[in-house]
Amino acid sequence: MSAPETFARTAGGREDHPNREQAVRLNVEQASYAYSASVQSVPTFTLGATSFQAREREIVAILGPNASGKSTLLRLITGTIAPLSGRVELDGEETSRLDVRTRAQRIAVVHQESPIVYPALAGDFVLQGRFPYGRALRFANPEDIEVARNALAQVGAEHLSKRTIGELSGGEKQRVILARALAQQPRLILLDEPTLHLDIGAQVELLERLRQLAQENRYTVVVVTHELGLAAEFADQVVLLQLGRCLRVGPPAAVYQKELLEQVFDAPLDVELGPAGRPRVNLRARRGEDIT
Amino acid sequence: MRPLTIKRLLWTCGGLGLLLLASVVLALKLGAVPVSVTDLVLDLGRIAIGRADELPTEYRLIVFDLRLPRILLGILVGAALSVAGASFQALLRNPLADPYVLGVSSGAALGSILALIIAPGFALVTPLGALLGAIATIAGVYFLGRREGQLDSTTLLLAGIILASFFSAIILFLMTTLTGRDLRGMAYWLMGDLSTPVSAGMQWIFIVGLVAGIGAIYSTSADLNLLLTGEREATHLGVNVTRVKLVVYVSASLLTALAVSASGAIGYVGLLVPHAVRLIFGSDYRLLIPASALCGAIAIVLADTLARTVVSPTELPVGAMTAMAGAPLFIYLLRRGLR
Repeated sequence: MSAPETFARTAGGREDHPNREQAVRLNVEQASYAYSASVQSVPTFTLGATSFQAREREIVAILGPNASGKSTLLRLITGTIAPLSGRVELDGEETSRLDVRTRAQRIAVVHQESPIVYPALAGDFVLQGRFPYGRALRFANPEDIEVARNALAQVGAEHLSKRTIGELSGGEKQRVILARALAQQPRLILLDEPTLHLDIGAQVELLERLRQLAQENRYTVVVVTHELGLAAEFADQVVLLQLGRCLRVGPPAAVYQKELLEQVFDAPLDVELGPAGRPRVNLRARRGEDIT
Repeated sequence: MRPLTIKRLLWTCGGLGLLLLASVVLALKLGAVPVSVTDLVLDLGRIAIGRADELPTEYRLIVFDLRLPRILLGILVGAALSVAGASFQALLRNPLADPYVLGVSSGAALGSILALIIAPGFALVTPLGALLGAIATIAGVYFLGRREGQLDSTTLLLAGIILASFFSAIILFLMTTLTGRDLRGMAYWLMGDLSTPVSAGMQWIFIVGLVAGIGAIYSTSADLNLLLTGEREATHLGVNVTRVKLVVYVSASLLTALAVSASGAIGYVGLLVPHAVRLIFGSDYRLLIPASALCGAIAIVLADTLARTVVSPTELPVGAMTAMAGAPLFIYLLRRGLR
């Protein structure tokens, strides 16, 4: 059985959906959140009502400078926090109401860095993704091992399975962490700043791979990033945040407007339309003239 | 990929079980009165088939009424401390965590002494006081060890070490002012010592508490594997972090409290044994927990045998042996692991 088939098999009749191109997978509807030190005090950070929808095979980029609310939105989508108002639904179910186990079968999260206290073999690390499917002590069964192998194959990291995580380079480590997420056989994959510690080659490779995986395995992919260029090149939709407000939602060509981006990122930028209809962003050095 | 299988788990535990049996026989043999191994094995067989009466009285008294209970207590204490250490290492994601280093042992010791002062004569008072002391200490260390909402491993260890010395000072103060100034007994108890036997009724409480504590921790061992990669990650992989932490903190405190109320604060076992096990068998908690329990038992039985025999006929506290024997082995294992 080929790798993509193994992944599609557990999708629970997803392929029989009559109208699958139309079905909304992730529905974020007027979701908001506020952090405060105590119940009475003024919130220290607020994420205003945010709405967007994503279908299977789609890549959504959540874009914004630091402290714009990207991580809060990510936590709302994963369901670890419940929205104060509005709703976040995955296939019609509110993510914050799913129990931890079910949630882990449907949503996989890749963080920028996994702290590894004790060295583990990369293969065993990927097997951790099978945890939400196991019973009691979760001894791996042959199917789990098959799924983990396929996951490693899909990220092109089969040869790494017997190496310990500590020995891997940044890009290799990122691939193994992604493979663990694939082993969860999720419907939705969330990535938090996945390109932060990668060189440009590894960044492009990762996003190419994500686009291919989203197609083959019908994932919905949400990437939190501040890499304007990469988001423009790979995202189907962009959600632009600034200081806890959702400014724009739409395809990159619609969101990438010179004045808007310059204001949000507080940097002089040039935006032009590339050959594929995708915008390109270039940083324009100030050369000393308008620094205040 | 080399996932843990039930077969490997059983083989490993079986092998370690045999090693434990061998060290028990060795511990029975060695001592001020020497006994031959062949006799011992035959006599153990006689006891097993219920013909203990045939043994010579004096010999039975030394080997089976004095040495054996002490060995059994060592097994319980070693298993409890090692499992508690392995658990704290996972929960705090700190490879240097151990009930002794974190001050939990001293907290339990202080708790049991305070309980003895407040309500003497009540049978369960020592282990209960020790349990309260252990839980209060681990809660204290946990909150002192937080910086800006994050567990900071250096602050955490410092908090534990400082609480430990603070509690030891209070214990010394209480014991000198309140009791008959038995300085030698006191020092032994602070260092950890197996020479005081546990009363017959308490033995069952110890065994039940130990089995329940280790069992509860073992039931979460797959979760602990994921908890090691961080609480946020574990949640996203389907671990109910709050429940697992509560179960393991309470059980590990219970194990520490049982060990301390029976034998005082034996140090470094909970640090050394899980490390050694990890370097030999890997860090999968489904194997690490039972293997640590067995190796902890072996370590304490052997350490106590040494403590009884090196300066015979005088005896050393076993805690001194674990500290002396443990440190060089620890350094060796650490260096080997780094390469």
